Amino acid sequence: MSKVADINKQNLAGSKKMLLAMVSIGIISALLIVTTFELTLPRVQKLKAEALEKAIFEVLPGTVKTQAFGVNDNGELFKMEAENKTETTVYAGYDANNNIVGYAVEASGQGYADIIRVLYGYKPEKEILIGFQVLESKETPGLGDKIEKEVHFLNNFKALDVSLSSNKKQLNNKVITVKQGEKVNPWEIDGITGATISSRAIGNIIGTSTETLVPILYNHYKNNNHKTSVSNEQ
Amino acid sequence: MSNNNASSKKKVTSTDEFIKGLWKDNPVFVQVLGMCPVLAVSNTAQNALAMGLATAFVLLMSNILVSLLRNFVPKQVRIASYILIIATFVTVTDYAIQAISVELHKSLGAFISLIVVNCLILSRAEAFASKNNVSKSIFDALGMGLGFTFALFCLGAVREILGNGSIFNIALFSEGFQSWIVMILPAGGFFTLAIWLLIINGIQTRKTKS
Repeated sequence: MSKVADINKQNLAGSKKMLLAMVSIGIISALLIVTTFELTLPRVQKLKAEALEKAIFEVLPGTVKTQAFGVNDNGELFKMEAENKTETTVYAGYDANNNIVGYAVEASGQGYADIIRVLYGYKPEKEILIGFQVLESKETPGLGDKIEKEVHFLNNFKALDVSLSSNKKQLNNKVITVKQGEKVNPWEIDGITGATISSRAIGNIIGTSTETLVPILYNHYKNNNHKTSVSNEQ
Repeated sequence: MSNNNASSKKKVTSTDEFIKGLWKDNPVFVQVLGMCPVLAVSNTAQNALAMGLATAFVLLMSNILVSLLRNFVPKQVRIASYILIIATFVTVTDYAIQAISVELHKSLGAFISLIVVNCLILSRAEAFASKNNVSKSIFDALGMGLGFTFALFCLGAVREILGNGSIFNIALFSEGFQSWIVMILPAGGFFTLAIWLLIINGIQTRKTKS
């Protein structure tokens, strides 16, 4: 090619000049990226916090106030400040009378494309899940992302059974995703044809998370809701 | 391909540079460049528009910088420095979109970072901005960027209407409409692109004949 020959004929710049050019472009780039990052960071964090807050109120209708909890090794909840997030975060939602409406739980697991992060709402009074939302997913647009929109799928989470056995230590039935249209039991999630892997992933994420957390949350509810209602009466 | 008409030393005005990208040398319909985002992110009109504008922004900024630095960057390291410049603006765009709307960022997903490897941007840097002054490069970038956005929107609109029965998430048809799922799948991207290429090239061939 004549173009290649042209380049070779030209006076080639020395290493110093090359280095100077690359380093200075690198420095300009670094400055630009850091500046944008710093400028957008507060807004990005605000938007993310807002989205989470909105999601909590959506999965726990009737909530007016929330409190974040972490789960320690003994399976107990402890109050948490916003800064030091632990792996499992639970948000208790309170109504106007300071009664616990339910718990919003963040859970995550492997989806089809990447880790899916979800939030689900647990109502200990009726021992059901009452709400569900995808917080973060990179599932295939048009297919896997149906887990966020498909109405019949989201309807699964209006009253998904997570009742505890009589000793209140474990679930009667683990939540599981079944094929679309084959849901017969209240603890089954009706899957999505065309988003089989993603809807199954949701079943797994919720199944694993509820298996360990629901007994803990139920316990916390029994111990704490009673107290708050008593203190309200006094 | 036809993207070299800028280098053929005719007298070209800034408007010509602008129009060229929009229609005559449209990056998607004529040059068939940057097919990855064209096929992947054109499943809805909104995604297509956002993707197109993000690409146009990166193209504009990198064209300006490449053109400004064209006498400073040695030939041997020019591609490396272009990539560095492009990657910088892609990262900037990524943060900016996150700050505009988490939802939008969610729906564009990995494709924002993939603007780095969009050959349209590198080809404009190499073929145009590195040989022309800043103002011409700006017009070139605006034309190409908006041409790319226009093409993506053409695909996105058709695919969303047929595949989802809506445009910009507003339902167009009554409940009875059976959406063509295939149109929002990758195959639909190819079908739509082929039909648009047929139409646009048909018009352009007729024009040159007459």
